[in-house]
Amino acid sequence: MTEASTTAHTVQDVITALKDKPGALLPILHGIQDALGYIPSDSVPVIAKALNLSRAEVHGVISFYHYFRDTPPGKHTIHVCRAESCQAMGSSELEIHVKNKLGIDYHETTTDGQFSLEPVYCLGNCACSPAIQIDKDFYGRVSNTCFDEIISELETSV
Amino acid sequence: MSITIYVPCDSSAVSLGADRVAKAIAQQAEQRGLAINLVRNGSRGMYWLETMVEVATDAGRIAYGPVQTSDVGSLFDADFINGGNHPLALGLTEELPYLKKQQRLTFARVGITNPICLDDYLAHDGYRGLTNALNMSQADIVKAVTDSGLRGRGGAAFPTGIKWNTVMNTHSEQKYIVCNADEGDSGTFSDRMVMESDPFVLIEGMTIAGIAVGATQGYIYLRVEYPHAHKALNAAIEKVNAAGYLGDNIQGSGKAFHLEVRLGAGAYVCGEETSLMESLEGKRGLVRFKPPLPAIKGLFGQPTVVNNVISLASVPIILDKGGDFYRDFGMGRSRGTLPLQLAGNLKHTGLVELAFGLTLRELLYDFGGGSATGKPIKAVQVGGPLGAYLPESQFDTPLDYEAFAAIWAVLGHGGVVAFDETVDMAVMAKYSMEFCAIESCGKCTPCRIGSTRGYELMDDIMQGRELDKNIPLLRSLCDTLLNGSLCALGGMTPYPVLSALNHFPEDFGIGQTNSTETNAA
Repeated sequence: MTEASTTAHTVQDVITALKDKPGALLPILHGIQDALGYIPSDSVPVIAKALNLSRAEVHGVISFYHYFRDTPPGKHTIHVCRAESCQAMGSSELEIHVKNKLGIDYHETTTDGQFSLEPVYCLGNCACSPAIQIDKDFYGRVSNTCFDEIISELETSV
Repeated sequence: MSITIYVPCDSSAVSLGADRVAKAIAQQAEQRGLAINLVRNGSRGMYWLETMVEVATDAGRIAYGPVQTSDVGSLFDADFINGGNHPLALGLTEELPYLKKQQRLTFARVGITNPICLDDYLAHDGYRGLTNALNMSQADIVKAVTDSGLRGRGGAAFPTGIKWNTVMNTHSEQKYIVCNADEGDSGTFSDRMVMESDPFVLIEGMTIAGIAVGATQGYIYLRVEYPHAHKALNAAIEKVNAAGYLGDNIQGSGKAFHLEVRLGAGAYVCGEETSLMESLEGKRGLVRFKPPLPAIKGLFGQPTVVNNVISLASVPIILDKGGDFYRDFGMGRSRGTLPLQLAGNLKHTGLVELAFGLTLRELLYDFGGGSATGKPIKAVQVGGPLGAYLPESQFDTPLDYEAFAAIWAVLGHGGVVAFDETVDMAVMAKYSMEFCAIESCGKCTPCRIGSTRGYELMDDIMQGRELDKNIPLLRSLCDTLLNGSLCALGGMTPYPVLSALNHFPEDFGIGQTNSTETNAA
């Protein structure tokens, strides 16, 4: 099976499993992003048809929510908290360090496809500021050195 | 007899290495041939001590912390499993002053039990509230909640009993209970702690709400940034479904209540109740006009109770011990307890549940221990990103909804973020405008456009451009946002901006302003 048809199958499976829930669109979008890492633009008409919505409505929902993305993410997605508590503990410096270290800005992916960088407005880890999230893992009281260690660990792990 | 050791599974503890500590303890125990029962409890909420490991002894649980993986070997050498002495030993957990001085009602079990063990929940007074509720009339349940004086803990402080009463008296085939678990306010994490550390109490509270108002379906709208809470809630729901505490016939009462967790997708505005319901319906999270009130026409057009996690999690103890018991805590019209969250630049960050009435200063210094950096605390933002910044001169304000309103501040969801003297308040004011611009749903003009104009204006002000013109313009813009926005996002962004300007004018490049005159924008 080609990659495109696998993707189409995945999208269809998610839609079939969830389309009868009340307010099914967000659960479907989550299902697709969980499976593929993003919501491919060619899945929009398929979702729209299944839910009897216009493509514009589906696109509008995808673009409204910061979490949903329509491009593939890097191997690891790094979320850096920009909110007040983290700022009070030096996250602005950490932010600069992270961007310099990776050589990218927010909403970008490194050229080797290893890391995507996103801002986040609170991880609820405010008692351990500054906080970041990498994939599903949370890190608290993150210093520049500590960030570098995490990154080199991820780079060396297969 | 095997020894019970507790290592928290709370996501903040995990962010400091709790999983690695738990693994190291299990390995060491195995190597030394010791039989231990390793329990992953919730966090006690003393985050400067995390990872805090506890050991059950005859005298009570003894704490050690903060434990790193490198400490584990020496802990075993010191016979910590029998309460042995060690440099990290903290003594009996319950005797730690930070914990002992608290009044934990909503958080009674948090950090004590295994979050997803139903037997543990039942052994610690769980489901006593529901058992009582099942033997009461709907009106009596609502009355108990009204009598307790409980007000919405999400931040708006609307009396919970009045909301329930409206939904109870609105006739409909289908009604809903929606839990607002979109805890987007920076500096707050009490919802997260309840959901990760005691998910059953939220489920019980929602079930009681459903029975009280005649709703058979509940949704927990959870922010996607809380994957640990998602896992814990789903695991807990599965357990209570199997045990008959949810479903079509709750404990043989013939009453039905079903519960599902739905994930948000990173939009702060979805913490606003009408935007949240739009999102649950699968739409963009645009704020709705009110009226109609959600209690009359809410989710899918049906009568809906929308309550915050802490409000709903406070219901079981009210139904267990009575409205009067809860009401006896607190001051003035702020009854019961508020779980406060100490965050930012404080030595002892964490969760402090107390009756209303303590002063902010006592909270910051007696509990928080002053700033983490050791420098003087310059400003404190209370109540999330839309809350006012308080200067030192206001630290003696009691923690009470009305006392905060009187100084043009909000208690909100109980988040307290401290900043030391290095903070530039103009930067914080600019950030507030930026945040509003990023998170605005775009429905109303003051918020959609005003936030961007405000961000640009702050840029000019910080460059020192035409201050005599731009400062009044900023005030005028804030006045428009304050009075012309559809919801609290645009309507309250002026709180942090103007409080920063009024209390710290020097950071904006101007002299003292008369803050009493300018408070009202």
